[in-house]
Amino acid sequence: MSGTFLLDGQPVPFEPGQTILEAARAAGRYIPHLCWHPDFPPHGSCKLCIVKVAGRHVSGCAMPAKEGWEVESDTPEMNGERRALLQMLFVEGNHFCPSCEKSGDCQLQALAYDLEMLTPRFDHFFPDRPVDASHPEVLLDFNRCIYCELCVRASRDKDGKSVFALTNRGIHKHLVVNAESGRLADTDFAADDMAANICPVGVILHKRVGFAVAIGERTYDRAPIHEVAMRPEAASDD
Amino acid sequence: MTTEVPQSLIDEVLTAVGSTPDRLLQILVGLQSRLDYLPPALISRLAARLGIARARVEGVAGFYSFLHLAPAGRYRVRFSDNIVDRMLGSEALSEAMCARLGVRPGELSEDGRVMISTTSCTGMGDQGPALLVNDRAIGRLDPQRVSEICDLILHDTPLAAWPPELFAIDDNIRRADALLTSHLAPGSALAAAMALGREGWLAQVQASRLRGRGGAGFTTAVKWLACRDAPGERKVVVCNADEGEPGTFKDRVLLHRHAELVFEGMTLAAWATGAREGFLYLRGEYAWLRPRLEAVLAARRAAGLLGAGILGATGFDFDIAIHLGAGAYVCGEETSLLESLEGKRGTPRIRPPFPVTHGYLGHPTVVNNVETLAKTCLIARDGGAAFAASGTAQSAGTKLLSISGDCARPGVYEYPFGVSIQQVLDDCGAVDVLAVQVGGASGVTIAPYEFHRRIAFEDVPSAGAFMVFDSSRDIFEVARNFVHFFAHESCGFCTPCRVGTALLKGYMDKLADGHGALQDLADIDWLDRLLKNASHCGLGSSAPNPVVDTLLKFRPAYERRIQHADFQPAFDLDGALARAREMTGRDDAGAHLDSGTGVIR
Ligand SMILES: Cc1cc2nc3c(=O)[nH]c(=O)nc-3n(C[C@H](O)[C@H](O)[C@H](O)COP(=O)(O)O)c2cc1C
Ligand code: SF4
Ligand code: SF4
Ligand code: FES
Repeated sequence: MSGTFLLDGQPVPFEPGQTILEAARAAGRYIPHLCWHPDFPPHGSCKLCIVKVAGRHVSGCAMPAKEGWEVESDTPEMNGERRALLQMLFVEGNHFCPSCEKSGDCQLQALAYDLEMLTPRFDHFFPDRPVDASHPEVLLDFNRCIYCELCVRASRDKDGKSVFALTNRGIHKHLVVNAESGRLADTDFAADDMAANICPVGVILHKRVGFAVAIGERTYDRAPIHEVAMRPEAASDD
Repeated sequence: MTTEVPQSLIDEVLTAVGSTPDRLLQILVGLQSRLDYLPPALISRLAARLGIARARVEGVAGFYSFLHLAPAGRYRVRFSDNIVDRMLGSEALSEAMCARLGVRPGELSEDGRVMISTTSCTGMGDQGPALLVNDRAIGRLDPQRVSEICDLILHDTPLAAWPPELFAIDDNIRRADALLTSHLAPGSALAAAMALGREGWLAQVQASRLRGRGGAGFTTAVKWLACRDAPGERKVVVCNADEGEPGTFKDRVLLHRHAELVFEGMTLAAWATGAREGFLYLRGEYAWLRPRLEAVLAARRAAGLLGAGILGATGFDFDIAIHLGAGAYVCGEETSLLESLEGKRGTPRIRPPFPVTHGYLGHPTVVNNVETLAKTCLIARDGGAAFAASGTAQSAGTKLLSISGDCARPGVYEYPFGVSIQQVLDDCGAVDVLAVQVGGASGVTIAPYEFHRRIAFEDVPSAGAFMVFDSSRDIFEVARNFVHFFAHESCGFCTPCRVGTALLKGYMDKLADGHGALQDLADIDWLDRLLKNASHCGLGSSAPNPVVDTLLKFRPAYERRIQHADFQPAFDLDGALARAREMTGRDDAGAHLDSGTGVIR
């Protein structure tokens, strides 16, 4: 059933089956997201797309739009919750932005700027996460993983390889690669796999391209994420 | 410990449980019970045999607490770590066992023989302290029984040769009402429902106003109708016997004493929905019930109550398979349960769509609690109106309560809905009560001024747990135990619950250690709100309940622990210097930090 809902008071039309986030995008309206990607079905794990409908908080990326709904998104309350979710993602990993190759191209960092996250608020977990430099072309720095599973999904559903999977659970959840040795070099992973080019943060990094673009001139240095994410080319790239 | 696994053993397990990827969890459970752990080479070979990625097998095995990817001992001893077991002395018993066997908690003994650890509530609160050893349960622990267990382990006595008395589990039924006194002959409820026809039977279920006993209280007839009417020929009935809510054990007693009623209820659901396949999802903690349950299923098949043409009705074909969980509370959430049934990690799905339209392998599926299904037998026998005659306006029928904690007579009590909390306390012999936790860790904490309230969906809803705490208990420690439980059981899928439960645990531990500040209470409030609002499933959204309730009703229990009005770091700077002081033999003022500010005095 197609129809119209209100997003922060403005009408947004939707097609049958469209989610709140998809319909909003089609209407040129941005709802923050990290685990959502236009080439994949909704995942629903990061919760950055959280919106409020009739007093309930729902995932904008996963909830089908309904006629007449009044959806709150760009409000102090929702942005406050989003900031807290970002703070959680920062403290559970090890994010030292100044020394990260992804700085300026990282969606987590860009959202933190956009939503004015000024402090981490919570105590850092400082987890002990390894780096896998075994592969000739790609480095894995698990310290920055936000578990969006885009690499898992891309490798399994697009590359047909299943190079990545999650294991353990709760705060101990982590990525593993498809090799008994646990080394990326022992998988069939390739640098031009979709999975090698989809990580929104600085986990899956191509070697020898370090700092090719100077910090200060990178994607989110030039424009905020709420603009970049709405560009047509963003539909197939990060 | 050998890492060379004979091919014949893998074959044996695959033959027993199937060799398709959706059997993965059942295969891993089978291998774990035969091998004590799942070595890396086995994971690789299994993946190759099933034709799936190795990483996927590793991912599934890593999700469940009872599957081990590293050596975990020939005897894997897990003490139930619910607050009620602790109140009965589980910690001291565990320490005694560690000392006797010369191991540290959570570490494998040097000879590879034994590992002693803790696990979430094992569903034995009426006869704790309890433990699991491999896939067997032992209750009523005391120093003598612990010493006996140590002897058996030290003598390498195989579990099968341990004295059966050790494994004796009591039902402890203290109050029986309609369900527990029903004495239905197998097949009689089914015959009554079949005589009504499928439509007529559904009409009776509707008239009964039966609501789900698993927690959410969804109207059973609505669920069954939705499944029946959903597009797709293949329908599935699942009985949720995950019973992971701390302090709940009534489903254990139903499955032990009244399995016939449970299976007959599943068959009644199949009659209503047209399902041909049924699953009983049995929590790993109850694996010891499985042989009995298989025997009941076999007897029902032999009696024509399961299989093709049930009770002679052509086209009424239905059978039930038992699937084991492996230590994951979240798998009680119905969509995690379905993922787990499909052999995957127990991660909750996005809803909508709901299981009634997209359930097991995408087919319309009814998921019902053990008690809900058993209750449908009463509706078939007496009719919907008779069932609806007891209970309250919005809560028809009776409810089984699992009562544990500080009371004279712990056990299972069946009451018509609407019974007051005070009445229950009087009946179980509880005096000087400080608080009652109704509905388990995710339920509500009830203070004495609320003891007039009633157990019913419209007042105090409950999935069945009823834990009593008397005035000698520290309610803060109760809440902290539950917070640890949720952090341990979070599946880790969504940000708010994965990180939020870990943060909450950190704050509660900080308070317990005496480093709490008023600001921490504000942070706890904020985390509670975020968990409630933003979580992906009911685990995360109910995780803050015990903290929210106890902060509201027992705030002094928190404030007592706060020494500082402002911020206090979780890290004790001055404490960290203790060793340096010891080594330098200094203890003067200059060797101390002012722990409030981190400034050297
Ligand atoms: C974290 C979590 C754990 C749950 N555990 C159980 C359980 O052990 N048993 C159960 O019947 N329902 C459990 N539920 C509720 C189920 O999702 C589902 O609502 C229930 O099985 C439906 O059956 P009913 O309608 O007969 O109550 C749980 C829910 C959540 C969110
Ligand atoms: S490695 Fe990157 S793409 Fe993969 S789950 Fe982690 S953050 Fe997401
Ligand atoms: S709320 Fe917790 S248990 Fe539920 S999906 Fe999120 S992380 Fe998993
Ligand atoms: S974008 Fe919706 S949950 Fe991640």
